[in-house]
Amino acid sequence: MLTFIQQLLNGLTIGSFYAFVALGYSLIYAILKLINFAHGDLFGLGAYVGYTVFVYAFGVIGGALGLWGLLAVGFAAAALATAGAGLVIERVAYRPIYPIGRLPAVVSALGMAIFLSNLIMAVWGPRYLAYQESFIPTGFWQIGEFRIRILQVLILVSALVLLGILYFVVEKTTFGAAIRAAALDRETAALMGIDFLKVIRFAFAMGPALGAIAGVFVGMYYRQINFTMGWVYGLKAFTATIMGGIGNIPGAMVGGILLGLLEAMTAGYISAAWKDVFVFAALMLMLIFRPTGLLGEKVAEKV
Amino acid sequence: MLLKVDNVSVSYGAVEALKAVSLAVSGAEIVAVLGANGAGKTTLLKAISGLVPIKSGSILYDGQKLHELPAHVIARLGVVHIPEGRKVFATLTVEENLNLGGYGCAKEEVQKAKARVFQLFPVLKERRRQLAGTLSGGEQQMLAIGRGLMRSPKLMLLDEPSLGLAPLLVDQVFATILQINKDGVPILLVEQNARKALSIANQAYILEVGRIVLAGAARELAADERVRQAYLGGVTYERRLRAKESRATGNTPDPRG
Ligand SMILES: Nc1ncnc2c1ncn2[C@@H]1O[C@H](COP(=O)(O)OP(=O)(O)O)[C@@H](O)[C@H]1O
Ligand SMILES: [Mg+2]
Repeated sequence: MLTFIQQLLNGLTIGSFYAFVALGYSLIYAILKLINFAHGDLFGLGAYVGYTVFVYAFGVIGGALGLWGLLAVGFAAAALATAGAGLVIERVAYRPIYPIGRLPAVVSALGMAIFLSNLIMAVWGPRYLAYQESFIPTGFWQIGEFRIRILQVLILVSALVLLGILYFVVEKTTFGAAIRAAALDRETAALMGIDFLKVIRFAFAMGPALGAIAGVFVGMYYRQINFTMGWVYGLKAFTATIMGGIGNIPGAMVGGILLGLLEAMTAGYISAAWKDVFVFAALMLMLIFRPTGLLGEKVAEKV
Repeated sequence: MLLKVDNVSVSYGAVEALKAVSLAVSGAEIVAVLGANGAGKTTLLKAISGLVPIKSGSILYDGQKLHELPAHVIARLGVVHIPEGRKVFATLTVEENLNLGGYGCAKEEVQKAKARVFQLFPVLKERRRQLAGTLSGGEQQMLAIGRGLMRSPKLMLLDEPSLGLAPLLVDQVFATILQINKDGVPILLVEQNARKALSIANQAYILEVGRIVLAGAARELAADERVRQAYLGGVTYERRLRAKESRATGNTPDPRG
């Protein structure tokens, strides 16, 4: 029972990381039918920007901000910088190319992924960097022999709140309806007065910002970051996106959480070495038996 | 003059879909554009609403050069284009579709406009929470028109609103168009159903392979021998069209519309 609860908590935490990143893939795919392969590396960039701000801000203002003040500054900076990077990438690497076709855009996305991870390596170096204790909430609650880390609670609550807000915006507001309409039919959306470019900008700012938050959390959770993390998490989160049904916002969230749980349970009950085997076996089964993903589209248009 | 289309040409690659087309809409009239499949009617409306770029000529609306503006800006000027094939957002609810019709308008205005639309089409009120894709063809056409009314249109562009509808529904749609026009909205109506369109229009143009070949008062065109031959012939034009379409698709038209 203890193992189960512990792995459940771990799975939800890791699943939150995947869900944060998966959303970015899904949001952009829904609107442009483009798989933004650079998205994983934007997540990595967020982790590095957060790291730099923590180190720098801690050095300059020391304890004046307090741990939570420092965290707020770090997260905000990482989210903003990465959103900015997302917007720049959209402008220079995609907008000139998507009129040409989808395949060139995918190639451009792969190019951006390679560019970004190399940029991170060039700026911050190829070695692991350590997220230091001084900017990580290290407290925990001990309940019997069971331990809950404050950091885990922070991650889960942030995921719940931020993903909840995004879900609400996309599914329940008129702006969200405009996003979904533009994703379905760009021409008719324009006839409604919807500015397609604004919708694209929303996706390219919001996706990377959420990815950056996950990046900083991953740094805190594992205490170290590396320039290859974008590739590793990007691939897992992309798997989660497919499992949930690509282009579907709630699907990305569900897919991410499920993937995290699957990994944690495999690690807890079988062996950590097998977790990727199980993850990709689950992906294969999903593609065979439900190629549209868990929450993939099912309503057909009646003419 | 509210809308002045002057010598407009449009090409899709090598295909020249419109060749120096000129046309005008003034006051609160209904202007009909008639023509066979492929004549360029849809292209004309798309050029006005900014969905396709024009190669030459100009489109003036209320003193503004529409051909220099993007589609979403033109829509916000009150030029409402209700596209061919209804184009409702299938996986959005009826109410979300309507809200998007008033996208960018003040909340109170949207609520008021929605109440008016529900009054005009009570069935949409009943089905407000239903996905638009689950409506019947006739209901989808009502939704498309209702969505267009959400922005208090200053000019309405209607592309084949009767296409694929059962005769009873066709009558209802034309009655609705007439009512909207009586409420003060000028309408540019594109139709293959020439008889019906001429019966409610003030002015009419006939488009053949991208060129205006005939223009005048609707009543005069309805009496014109060439028009009667080509568009109002012994077998009604619409029936010939339906027969042609069902041969092409291998389906009989859906009697429910
Ligand atoms: N997107 C497009 N690309 C290429 N040719 C097109 C396109 N849309 C329409 N056309 C061509 O332009 C001509 C006019 O089409 P359209 O405006 O749809 O006519 P109508 O609405 O009168 O049936 C036709 O020959 C059609 O094949
Ligand atoms: Mg047409």
